[in-house]
Amino acid sequence: MPNGGVAQRQFIRFTRLQRILHICMIVSFMSLALTGLTLKFSYTKWAAVLSHLLGGFESAGYIHRSAAVVMFGVFITHLVDLYRLKKKVHGTWRALLLGPSSMLPSRRDLTEFVGTLKWFVGQGERPAYGRWTYWEKFDYFAVFWGIAVIGSTGLTLWFPVFFTRFLPGWFLNVATIIHSDEALLATGFIFTVHFFNTHLRPEKFPMDITVFTGRMPLEELKRDKPREYEALAASGKLEEKMEEAYPPIVVRAIRAFAWAALAVGFSIVLWIIYAMLFAYR
Amino acid sequence: MNTTRAGKTVSLYVDGKKFATSVHGSLGCTGCHVDLEGKELPHETPAKVNCGTCHATEQEQHARSLHGKAVAHGDPLAPRCANCHGNHDIYPVKDSRSAVAPMKVPFVCGQCHREGTPVQRNRAIPQDNILENYSESIHGEALLKKGLSVAPNCATCHTPHLILPHTDPASSIARRNIAATCTKCHSQIEAVHRKIIRGELWEKEANVLPACIDCHQPHKIRNVFYTQGMADADCMRCHADPKLRRASDGQPLYVNVDELSHSSHQTNARNQKVACSQCHSEVNASRVRPCETITHKVDCSSCHDEIGRQYASSTHGQLANKSDPNAPSCKECHGTHGVLGRLDPKSPTFATNIPALCARCHREGQKAAVRYSGRQHEIVANYTESIHGKGLLKSGLTVTATCTSCHTAHRVLPRSNPESSVNVANVPATCGRCHNGIEEQFENSIHAKKAIASGKELPVCNDCHTAHAIRRTDEDKFRLDIMDQCGRCHQEIAKTYFDTYHGKVSRLGYTKTAKCYDCHGAHDVLAVTDPRSRLSRANVAATCQKCHPGATRRFAGYLTHATHHDPRKYPFLFYTFWGMTALLLGTFVVSGVHTLLWLPRAFQMRQELRAAEAEPATTVGTPTSEESSDA
Repeated sequence: MPNGGVAQRQFIRFTRLQRILHICMIVSFMSLALTGLTLKFSYTKWAAVLSHLLGGFESAGYIHRSAAVVMFGVFITHLVDLYRLKKKVHGTWRALLLGPSSMLPSRRDLTEFVGTLKWFVGQGERPAYGRWTYWEKFDYFAVFWGIAVIGSTGLTLWFPVFFTRFLPGWFLNVATIIHSDEALLATGFIFTVHFFNTHLRPEKFPMDITVFTGRMPLEELKRDKPREYEALAASGKLEEKMEEAYPPIVVRAIRAFAWAALAVGFSIVLWIIYAMLFAYR
Repeated sequence: MNTTRAGKTVSLYVDGKKFATSVHGSLGCTGCHVDLEGKELPHETPAKVNCGTCHATEQEQHARSLHGKAVAHGDPLAPRCANCHGNHDIYPVKDSRSAVAPMKVPFVCGQCHREGTPVQRNRAIPQDNILENYSESIHGEALLKKGLSVAPNCATCHTPHLILPHTDPASSIARRNIAATCTKCHSQIEAVHRKIIRGELWEKEANVLPACIDCHQPHKIRNVFYTQGMADADCMRCHADPKLRRASDGQPLYVNVDELSHSSHQTNARNQKVACSQCHSEVNASRVRPCETITHKVDCSSCHDEIGRQYASSTHGQLANKSDPNAPSCKECHGTHGVLGRLDPKSPTFATNIPALCARCHREGQKAAVRYSGRQHEIVANYTESIHGKGLLKSGLTVTATCTSCHTAHRVLPRSNPESSVNVANVPATCGRCHNGIEEQFENSIHAKKAIASGKELPVCNDCHTAHAIRRTDEDKFRLDIMDQCGRCHQEIAKTYFDTYHGKVSRLGYTKTAKCYDCHGAHDVLAVTDPRSRLSRANVAATCQKCHPGATRRFAGYLTHATHHDPRKYPFLFYTFWGMTALLLGTFVVSGVHTLLWLPRAFQMRQELRAAEAEPATTVGTPTSEESSDA
């Protein structure tokens, strides 16, 4: 990465709150995954060891539910933040949801998707992506979907006595399957596809840490989000969005955290593969 | 009226009054003297009266008897009917005027069988001082001094007419008949002679066992025979010598008097002392070495009859019967002269000493263990670590189950034997001896034999609790293992249980979630269709409420043994699972392919970026166009 010195200015992609939420989500998600998978793969030796390291199944349960509360908190905070964003920046829901920085999928995403596939197979140029690419939007809504599905089923399993006042008992079994398989999907997806697509793409090696620093080099913005760059350059607002890069020590700390999260994530993936392929009963 | 016979003057007077009152009075003279019927007076000397015309049985018996045979030989000393019964003055036996009234019998017999008579001097009578001894014996004393006419007289044992020597097998006093003879009166004698009477061994194995008269001398019958017969002091004359050894094999024959005096055969609650010759029977006091007539080893069952029979039926006894060198005899466990009761802490059979006692042969590698081919191994080690072993050996609870509590002390039999206390049919009763109430619960459960007639193999106590390694049921290890025990038979149910939250937590090694017995019960487990079951329609909510306060009937609809592999039984779970799996696979396939296709391009981009960095003058602001031109 070209380093123009301490004074180099970078493009602000994420707000401080968004960065905090992402870190909270990492911690919460990792905790949920670790504690939850000990139950799912209870038949492996690893699960028993991990469960004891976590202080037993009850303590693992507390961690799991506390992490779930954090996750709900992240989700709600984000919704509140969206509401603020609408009020301060966009004025109307319509502007927020249909504007150029909307997370909602649009027709252009479909064109970009097809264009990307063509690029993959050497049948065209790389599409000029905007602020959010289609895979970023997919990741974003996967979280919405995940929180809705895993969160709701998790709540029924947390409060089974309450929910069986109006749901049949076997719904708890159904909820268990959904909760557990959707969690498997989430962990599997985040720790492989999301890791690769967003953080570990070879051209960004060793790692894209934009979501932690909130900043990305201008060259990267021009290269990866040309449409956003051009719009900003055209409107002359680019300079407003530029800020000084973090000093190297901060960057190193962030990298250490990110690598730790990656290591945990990959370990979990290996464990899942082992449990599913070699120890499944 | 007189006559002369063989040079002696004999009175021929008949007391008419006496005769008239005698039993034969109504018959008249010619009733017996039949040859005088119709003869003119004075008649000739009448022929000898034949009592047998009326008393045929008695006469036949007399003819077969010692007396009758002597008469037939022409023995002048041989008694005929009249010698005992008299002639014209015969009264009923119960009449005190009778010559053979019970009180008079000793004297009737004593006419001949007393010291100094020709019979006693000239005939082969093995007994001396018969009448004197008898009159001083407990029998004679009762009859003659206390006037108890029911006390036995000579005829009681020897019979009145069929008197035979004891060498004649038909004799009432023959070795094999003596027991029957004595027990005519001593019918309750088994209270003190347990084996001999009730076991009928006296009759069956008279040659092995002592007969009454071996201890109770024939005519001087006392209840303290041994002080008069064989005294311990006689034995100790030789056996007090520590250097005494058997000539044939050098085995020490020393008897430690001190040890003996503290044994339960000498010091016991009933204050009964057992003499040497009571155990070492077959001694003959008339020999210089009374023990030289001993041919058999000590048979404890002479007194310990019931135990002896139990032992004989046990594996130990059966092996001993086959002369197996490994077979333990009584003394292997109980010792010999120093034998102590099982309540004496010094005894090898005291509760806390039993495991070590049995371990001498049953410890791994020892002689009993090496012969064993079953599944129980490390018996002693496992027992020591078990709840029973700890209770007994560490806590000193002498009521705790030890080897003999389950296997019995003397009826030790292998599990395969239906008679064995540890046979599958008997295990509940064996455990139930201590675990009061549990057996009853179990017998009413679905696992009890009577509950199911299917002939399926049903579990008993040890199938879940194990035999020797029994753990505390509140130990985690036990609580977790028990699920696998249930799963040995209930395979499908156990497998699906481990697919649920309860099972998964248990699998992780925690005991707080519901395990088999939390819902189904332990010893009282019943079919869920049984209204008494904890899981019946009426009870299931209450069972769930033990852990889930507020649980309703609907809550209990949770499938505790659910599987998502059975579309018929659990269609919801089946389709949910496969729906989720399809979603999972679909997402991964699409995103996986997407990522894999991306990789070559990403590497290409990386190379281009590196190349661009390497160029000293980078055209800032147009990397994209550069890339495109390269591509």
